[in-house]
Amino acid sequence: MTETKQNASDLREGIMATLTKQQIGSVLAKQGILIAFAVFIIAFTIANPKFLSVDNVFSVVRSSAILGVMALGVTFVVISGNLDLSVGSMMSFSTIVVLDLHDKIGPFLAIPAMFGMTLCLGAFIGFLVGYLRLNSLIVTLGMLSAIHGLTLTYSGGQNMDIADKEGTWFSVFGQGTALGIPVPILIFAALAALLGIVLAKTAFGRKVYAVGGNGTAATFSGIKRARTVFTCYIISAACVATAGLIQASRSLGSQNTVGQGLELEVLAAVILGGASLLGGSGTIFKTVIGVLILGFIQNGLLLLGLQFYVQFIVTWVIIILAVWLDIAAKRGKLLSPIA
Amino acid sequence: MTDAKPVLHLDDIVKTFPGVRALDGVSFSVMPGEVHALMGENGAGKSTLMKVLGGIYQPDGGAIYMGDHKVVMAGPLEAKAKGIVFIHQELSLAEELTVAENIYLGELPRKSFGRVDWATLAERTNAILKKLNVGFDAKTRVGDLSIANQQMVEIARALTVDAKAVIFDEPTASLTDAEKSVLFDVIADLKSEGVGIIYISHRMEEIFKITDRISILRDGQYQGTVATADTDEEAVTQMMIGRTLDLSRNASHHELGDVALEVRGLSCGKLYQDVSFEVRRGEVVGFYGLVGAGRTEIAETLFGLRDPSAGKILLDGEEVRIHSPADAIARGISLVPEDRKGQGLVLGMNCRDNMTLPQVDDLKAGPFVAEGAEIAIFDQYRDRLDIRTPGWKQQVGNLSGGNQQKIVIGKWLSMHPNVLIVDEPTRGIDVGSKSEIHKLLRELAAQGYAVMVISSEMPEVLHVSDRIVAMYSGRIMRTFTSEEVSEDNLIQAISGIKSNEAA
Repeated sequence: MTETKQNASDLREGIMATLTKQQIGSVLAKQGILIAFAVFIIAFTIANPKFLSVDNVFSVVRSSAILGVMALGVTFVVISGNLDLSVGSMMSFSTIVVLDLHDKIGPFLAIPAMFGMTLCLGAFIGFLVGYLRLNSLIVTLGMLSAIHGLTLTYSGGQNMDIADKEGTWFSVFGQGTALGIPVPILIFAALAALLGIVLAKTAFGRKVYAVGGNGTAATFSGIKRARTVFTCYIISAACVATAGLIQASRSLGSQNTVGQGLELEVLAAVILGGASLLGGSGTIFKTVIGVLILGFIQNGLLLLGLQFYVQFIVTWVIIILAVWLDIAAKRGKLLSPIA
Repeated sequence: MTDAKPVLHLDDIVKTFPGVRALDGVSFSVMPGEVHALMGENGAGKSTLMKVLGGIYQPDGGAIYMGDHKVVMAGPLEAKAKGIVFIHQELSLAEELTVAENIYLGELPRKSFGRVDWATLAERTNAILKKLNVGFDAKTRVGDLSIANQQMVEIARALTVDAKAVIFDEPTASLTDAEKSVLFDVIADLKSEGVGIIYISHRMEEIFKITDRISILRDGQYQGTVATADTDEEAVTQMMIGRTLDLSRNASHHELGDVALEVRGLSCGKLYQDVSFEVRRGEVVGFYGLVGAGRTEIAETLFGLRDPSAGKILLDGEEVRIHSPADAIARGISLVPEDRKGQGLVLGMNCRDNMTLPQVDDLKAGPFVAEGAEIAIFDQYRDRLDIRTPGWKQQVGNLSGGNQQKIVIGKWLSMHPNVLIVDEPTRGIDVGSKSEIHKLLRELAAQGYAVMVISSEMPEVLHVSDRIVAMYSGRIMRTFTSEEVSEDNLIQAISGIKSNEAA
């Protein structure tokens, strides 16, 4: 009698143990990115206590804001099953244009004019990828180069500077603070909240997931696939224009190559957040986490005394690790089962 | 059967997944030279069992014996090396390579310096192909072959190893009758060579035609093994689903309403020509024909996915032009497409979001999607269609085929269409869900829906339809009422043979 009871309680304990193991596994798989983030912050803080100081955190988030704003838009594009590699050179374009127009027509008109021109570029890409169904990798890789050429043509290859750097209110977007918080951080946070709600709560957001998850099934459900993809590129371009505005406002002068290479960092942040490059998954919240991780890692490396160019190598390592762990979590093994 | 030792014996196999006991003590044996059917509804555990056998899953209990030896399948390659060969429903061939290259992929014969020995390769391949009696040779590009012939390539691949047991998983799903008989000849040959065969299929007529014994699974539990000669469809079905099924012809008739959909002289290039028919409210019209007869293309035209080259479409007597699925939906046409996973569902999305996808624009609470209304719709159709899922948050990809199909049907019913088109509504679905879906289609008609059913399964068409449109090569050959139709005249009509009765 007691023996059976003993067995029964053993069995129960066994079941509980397996359950918790599985629960831990599922928590790890779902929240892995947050856990990695926490572990990493603790490690860096131990290495250098300055890492978590208010000043340093603000400085990291502020310097990540430009990248972050761009990553928000690219998240829509990636979830819709496409890529956008043109955001870096498009950001250079926005920055140069708004700086140039600032002195010519004044900031009040320069900002909407720059937004209009950048959105035209986004609309063009959206037309090629959405309506003509061209491969987004090829289209945006081509646009990366074409927009760079466009920027140089516009500027004549010259750096662009605002004449009166002290006397313009234009610097508020990049250098101002409100309630003690830097404005770039506020813009990033506000846009993240807005776009997060659009993606998670609106019919349009639902369509983006459907088109990226299974475009054919979305079409068979009456969703206008081309229009949805087109809109994603418009959103991406609007985010790029905002990033260009912050960049221009922060420096009040710029080279033609200011956004060069950012497309890869943006993509790294989005993937790091867990959006699948196949489309159909990802969230704005995860992208924000991805942006912060990337920012803190780069900052941490600097605090450790490494040269800034090490970050280019580290960014690559992070992309590969993120993609690998994502696939490993899906198949439940680190190595390919058929290797 | 001279040798009484089974080639393969599964003993008390147990496999559990989080929250599910997928296999619960499954045991059966396959004798040499036996065709052994494995049957069960979707989700009964057939696939899991085959994955255990193929080394993809490790069992949590029980053992696999081959001959007298207990074996452990550490992986798919080991299973193949031990002589267990799988012929899958979904083909895994490289289309750009030749037949020979596909068959010997990974083990191409070599000459010095790693060069491929093409002569030996062709010779060996042609020897196998000759045995299979197929009409193509080693150098044919696989992409140029029909699906049936591609399946033959898979089978040829199986024959390159010394197979002890061959598992066929729904091999006839995409085959024509002529191709099926070739496949059955091949199975008979394997059988005569003493190979043990496990044959998985939902199609009863095949099971009773070619198998020797039938083992049945239900909810992961082994229900028993019966000799095919000693049983019948009804008994097997009862073991599979625990109740009996109504497999009779459609007998019920109800009042027909007005003509909801009329098509006059509709053509679409070479796909179909001069098609005319009408569907009344309260009526189920079945479209029967061979694959490629143009039925799906008609449905796609009505749903705005193709532009007709000639002819008219009338809805409630009014001529309409339909340019996109969105147009079709706005006019009250719904299409349950042929390819559930490719066209019907976003597998990574949850059940609720899939179901409300076509109307997500209309379910608004301010600027947002009204989640409450969505859940209400999901709950309503989950109950009405008896969809079995842990909850609306479940990803559709995790559901069984039958439940996935019900999600697609629910999605379109919730649009309250005037015309409901269903294309191959029960493809790859187990008998239990099948009869539920048939019953549902009849009920929908009784409620006043105009229903078009496209199917390649004759029992299905006969069972659900009030009238049957028989198509051959892009043309309507004849339209039958359910009184006129017989299996013979239906087969004649879809084979392009004009019968004397035809107008």
